[in-house]
Amino acid sequence: MEITLKVNRREVSADVEPRTLLVHLLRERLRLTGTHVGCETGYCGACTVHVNGTAVKSCTMLAVQADGADITTIEGLASNGDLHPVQEGFWERHGLQCGYCTPGMIMSAVALLDANSNPSEDEIRHGLEGNLCRCTGYHNIVRAVEYAGAKMRGEEPPPPDWEVSA
Amino acid sequence: MFPRQFDYVAPTSLDEALQALADNPNAKVMSGGMSLIPLMKLRLFSPQLVVDIGRIPGLDGISDDGDHIAVGALVRHAQTASDPLVAANAAALAQAAAWTGDAQVRNRGTTCGALAHADIAADQPAGALACGATMVARSASGSREIAAADFFVDTLTSALNDDEILVEVRLPKAGAGEGSAYDKLGRRGGHSDYAVAGAAAWVRKANGTVAEARVALTGVGSKPTLAPAVAAAIVGTDGSADAVVAAAEHALEGVTVLEDLYGSEEYKAHLAKVYARRALTSALDAV
Ligand SMILES: Cc1cc2nc3c(=O)[nH]c(=O)nc-3n(C[C@H](O)[C@H](O)[C@H](O)COP(=O)(O)OP(=O)(O)OC[C@H]3O[C@@H](n4cnc5c(N)ncnc54)[C@H](O)[C@@H]3O)c2cc1C
Ligand code: FES
Ligand code: FES
Repeated sequence: MEITLKVNRREVSADVEPRTLLVHLLRERLRLTGTHVGCETGYCGACTVHVNGTAVKSCTMLAVQADGADITTIEGLASNGDLHPVQEGFWERHGLQCGYCTPGMIMSAVALLDANSNPSEDEIRHGLEGNLCRCTGYHNIVRAVEYAGAKMRGEEPPPPDWEVSA
Repeated sequence: MFPRQFDYVAPTSLDEALQALADNPNAKVMSGGMSLIPLMKLRLFSPQLVVDIGRIPGLDGISDDGDHIAVGALVRHAQTASDPLVAANAAALAQAAAWTGDAQVRNRGTTCGALAHADIAADQPAGALACGATMVARSASGSREIAAADFFVDTLTSALNDDEILVEVRLPKAGAGEGSAYDKLGRRGGHSDYAVAGAAAWVRKANGTVAEARVALTGVGSKPTLAPAVAAAIVGTDGSADAVVAAAEHALEGVTVLEDLYGSEEYKAHLAKVYARRALTSALDAV
């Protein structure tokens, strides 16, 4: 089936089987390999992208369902070489170790902050429930999102934990 | 991991979708795809034709239809969870939608899909049972209404025929003295993921007495089910904490408890009583 969609502000067309998953279209046909595949069962969230502005798991969506949709992947977040504040937050607050979960985690965090510009720690943890991380223990991911939220509100981010004396 | 080959249509009218189902006995409806796509990827289920109803206009709204609230087939969990009409008239369903899966699942999965799927541990069926919902099913040959109490037939089996689409779920408008609530233990702890066990309750109080009640359980047996003995035991009481504890003790009467990967029969039986008590308490508090 011939489909046309927007990916990271660029219009693309592709001929896909109905069973082609969105994540496979993105990674294997469009070579946007920043979107990862972890569990393939809908649980880990490594494959999270934005479809028409909301976070979805691209391993649990057919490419044909995305016909006509506006998709943003991790590759589409930075503009003119400037990192998105959430990407910057993960960098500044060590929100990753191996990095496998990171693209999906960042896409979920961006959607979370778009919906709620000043989330509590609890809201951040619950908002990221659909993304699993096997390395960080989540602590620095929460700090990264807090950093990004502050930046996006035009506030000074809280100092990193390692600079706060006991 | 991807599904076996299948044919796919995405009609842009309900009539076309119903005709596709009538013409193809091996067709399957897809709404949010949050349960169907994983099943197809695991190849536990391989329909010949997928009829994607996601592009049919007019099915994605929540409306006030006089004596009831209508939730359309394409209303996502996130929308059910945050809609003021649902919150005001069917709080148990709103709460169940808010605790269905995670943010990404709630952005795609639909309330009607969760009802049609009839998973033994799903959240929203319990809410629909307690709130006394009515399902509206359409096929090429007509339309019928199915009471929630008759809708959940068995494990992953609803009362829908293969050629029917659940076009909306109707929630009775809440009147004076009514309240409802849902509570669960999620498989990942807290409220996260499918219910190890959960319960929804709806009550109506009049003159300081519980006049009517419905309590529904999920996760404990072969299907989401009403627990009629709990409701019977709370009716006629003042709804005090003692009355609730006593009523919840009846949670297992007429209910089959089955063990699964997430809990033994004994544990599930215990949780059924705990969550029946918690849901009833919250429903009474909400009056
Ligand atoms: C990671 C993950 C976590 C989840 N956690 C939970 C949870 O905590 N609690 C919970 O309850 N559920 C959970 N789910 C399931 C989720 O709620 C699904 O959205 C829901 O079960 C199905 O809704 P859907 O719209 O996605 O339907 P689909 O997947 O499209 O369809 C499911 C089934 O229902 C049928 N169907 C769907 N819509 C209709 C209709 N309108 N008319 C007739 N038949 C229809 C389909 O033919 C199919 O058989 C989870 C799913 C995932 C992937
Ligand atoms: S790869 Fe999609 S949720 Fe894990
Ligand atoms: S950083 Fe390794 S899985 Fe999250």
